[in-house]
Amino acid sequence: MAVIPGRDAGQARTGDPTGPVLVVRDLRVRYPSAQTDALAGISFDLHPGELVGLVGLNGAGKSTLSRCLNGIVPQLVPADVAGSVTVDGADALRTPVRRMAAKVGIVFDEPGAQLSQGTVGEEVALGLESMAVPYAEMVARVDDILVRIGLDGMQDRPPLSLSGGEQQRLALACALVVRPAVLVLDEPTCGLDARSRATVFDLLAEVAARDGTAIVVVEHDVELLAERADRILVLHEGRLVAVGSPAEVFGDVSAMRGAGVRVPDVTAVAAALGGRAGGSLPVTFDDAIRWLAEAG
Amino acid sequence: MTGAGPVLVLREVRYRYPRGVVAVDGITLDVVAGDVVGIAGANGAGKSTLARLLNGLLRPLAGTVTVGGLDTRRHEVHELARTVGLVFQDPRAQLFARTVVEELSFGPRNLGLPDPEVRERVARVVARLRLEDVLAVSPFELPAPRRRLVALASVLAMEPRVLVLDEPTTGQDHHATAAVAGIVRDLRADGMTVVCISHDMRLLAAVSDRIVVMAAGRIVAVGAPRTVFADAGTLGAAGILAPQVTRLGLALPQRHGRPAVLGVEELVGELAAARSSGEGSP
Repeated sequence: MAVIPGRDAGQARTGDPTGPVLVVRDLRVRYPSAQTDALAGISFDLHPGELVGLVGLNGAGKSTLSRCLNGIVPQLVPADVAGSVTVDGADALRTPVRRMAAKVGIVFDEPGAQLSQGTVGEEVALGLESMAVPYAEMVARVDDILVRIGLDGMQDRPPLSLSGGEQQRLALACALVVRPAVLVLDEPTCGLDARSRATVFDLLAEVAARDGTAIVVVEHDVELLAERADRILVLHEGRLVAVGSPAEVFGDVSAMRGAGVRVPDVTAVAAALGGRAGGSLPVTFDDAIRWLAEAG
Repeated sequence: MTGAGPVLVLREVRYRYPRGVVAVDGITLDVVAGDVVGIAGANGAGKSTLARLLNGLLRPLAGTVTVGGLDTRRHEVHELARTVGLVFQDPRAQLFARTVVEELSFGPRNLGLPDPEVRERVARVVARLRLEDVLAVSPFELPAPRRRLVALASVLAMEPRVLVLDEPTTGQDHHATAAVAGIVRDLRADGMTVVCISHDMRLLAAVSDRIVVMAAGRIVAVGAPRTVFADAGTLGAAGILAPQVTRLGLALPQRHGRPAVLGVEELVGELAAARSSGEGSP
């Protein structure tokens, strides 16, 4: 099996010297016996170092899209699929999932479902073992990621003895330690308190900047996404109905209402006060303070 | 027992998990009948342990928990279930039946109620939560938001006086969260006491009469949502954040000294009124 070299800080892909790392074109997915498409023609690109929020109602297609990015759909979860998903040149829909796993890390919303090893240390090392990473490097990378994610000192604990929040971070550590080109997280802050949610996003921002990892986060906390995401993708009934910066996407309050997506409280306040002629609505807390000071 | 006295009485309650940390460390709290009490706190603050102490799944190692006059150390869980119903964070932890109607019938039947009464209770809860179309379906085949409603309905079918909700909106979208808030308000209007544990401060602001903030197994703040959410220092130390609109209202210089707002409409109404009266303009 090929050894996937780690990308260290010196090799980090910041900016966009090489074009998109992930290209999705006209992706259509229909599950067996379903009456409608789970995804009805999705196209977008993802660039190295980007942190992208994926939002939409339950059932909009967020989890299906997440699972297409590393080939789980249709390879492990059967479905009729058309279109293409290309990651770092690999066809994600046809390349075996175990090979895609080195390119696309995925963290599910139920971390317990993906933890299987006897100890935290073994759990994190598992992905590196299957990539034949040399032992000394493996130990160093496991230690490093556990410190970064705040689980140092827990190496010998059984994964399922950790609290829900700790299991969530452990699943994230398992994905990050492989240094994938693309990281997909399905509601990584589900069940976490405000401080832990902010910590998860701090870590994601650091990983995006330091390793050049392109990150897709399925997230319901629109206030957090408005502050932290570079771009927002909005799914509604299997279609991508909005793509853009948080200001562009959340600022279009009526479009978000149509997609069933809440906008940040500060945006809702500004919109209800009549907005600003020719100006965009604030989507972050600090913008809203400035906006309200100007608007009087 | 009726009236507006406390239906839950906790006195110096302490609980430590075997080989584990002290999860609840001296909690004293009264919950008045008919109130909705929100419980907030960081992960590990002891919220879910508190929920399990309220319905007798856990017994205090020190102190007392009294529910509807029953000391949880002296009564079995099934006796307490007539008074306190707990809806778990993960509905799959409590669902097991082949169909929704079997799931909803199990609790009342287990209370020893006659069949006609079981059917009536199931019919009432089905109508309340609009589950008519899924009665013959397996709960496990339902989409997550409706599966949660089935878990809630299975507890409501026992018609407890106190409902304890552990993170009822985790992973739910905006519409499902609003639906949960609506259900809690309806239950309150019918006189039910609700204890709602959540990380979603918008939900707690929308439904709670009182909010209890926990940190490291202790209560660090308790009071009306407006009062609790105005205390940014205590909230910050407890690892939680007031709703964004509340923080915005508190940060606006033109609102200096005014009470905290709990919702977007409230702040908009206030700012619009100030604008139209010329107040706040340069």
